[in-house]
Amino acid sequence: MKTDKVIYGFAAVAAVWLAFNLYKIFLVLPDEAAQGAIYRIIFFHVPAAMTAFLGFFAAMVISVFYLASNDLKYDSLASSINEVSLVFACVNLITGSIWARIIWGIWWTWDYRLTSMLVCVLIYFGYLLLRRSVDEPTHRARLSAAVSIFGCVDIAIVWKSIEWFRNLHPGPVLSIRTGGGQMDPRMEAVLYSNIGPLLLIAVIFVLIRARQETTEREIDSLRRMVHAT
Amino acid sequence: MDERNFTFMFYGFVVAWLIPLLYVISLARRSGRLRKELDEVKQLFEDKQSPTRSKA
Repeated sequence: MKTDKVIYGFAAVAAVWLAFNLYKIFLVLPDEAAQGAIYRIIFFHVPAAMTAFLGFFAAMVISVFYLASNDLKYDSLASSINEVSLVFACVNLITGSIWARIIWGIWWTWDYRLTSMLVCVLIYFGYLLLRRSVDEPTHRARLSAAVSIFGCVDIAIVWKSIEWFRNLHPGPVLSIRTGGGQMDPRMEAVLYSNIGPLLLIAVIFVLIRARQETTEREIDSLRRMVHAT
Repeated sequence: MDERNFTFMFYGFVVAWLIPLLYVISLARRSGRLRKELDEVKQLFEDKQSPTRSKA
């Protein structure tokens, strides 16, 4: 019940925040001279990536907690966060592909940034498949924690790839990485602002998913009790 | 607003909403399945308990 209230509260805040951002994206911000309307994809493309990366990183930390404590609650939370983060990683990858079709004239290229992001999505798809294929909870949790920690190495590669290699994908433009001057500050402010509602939506998804994991554990323990009696 | 490439921007926004929406649908379906499974297991547990109680 308490979780329900938190979910409704977060959903209300996310809806208002998102509506305000959409108003700014479509009606207030100036157009980009070279790209036309398509540049507006950046307001979801980048925040979706940031949300996914924050999630993957949080899941990695929680996986370390699991390995240190062997408490399956941490494993459930890490898997919930990784699953939700994967949704946002897919949003990033597909919106990027649509944007590339206009800007580069192609849907896909084996550029370092795109390839490392695809590898990231495949690693976390693999993580979910692994969880389905291992029945024993402790073994599953230990393997999942290992993949979650390993997956974060790829996150670092995705993040740094536009600095390390010359790509088709543009180099860093956000002021947190360049110190400013690459992007109109009004556009950048809306971009950062849109991370907020996406993060709130991600937290809502994680809360729902984590509750499902708790129910699954409850079902498992009831089953064991039924078989024991 | 500059209308160049508007269609592809529209596709981008559709994808940005469609993927989370599909995930919400999958969450809702999973919740329904789990609720049903929990009810079944609870019922099974109660059925197993009741003969024990009557014997006692």
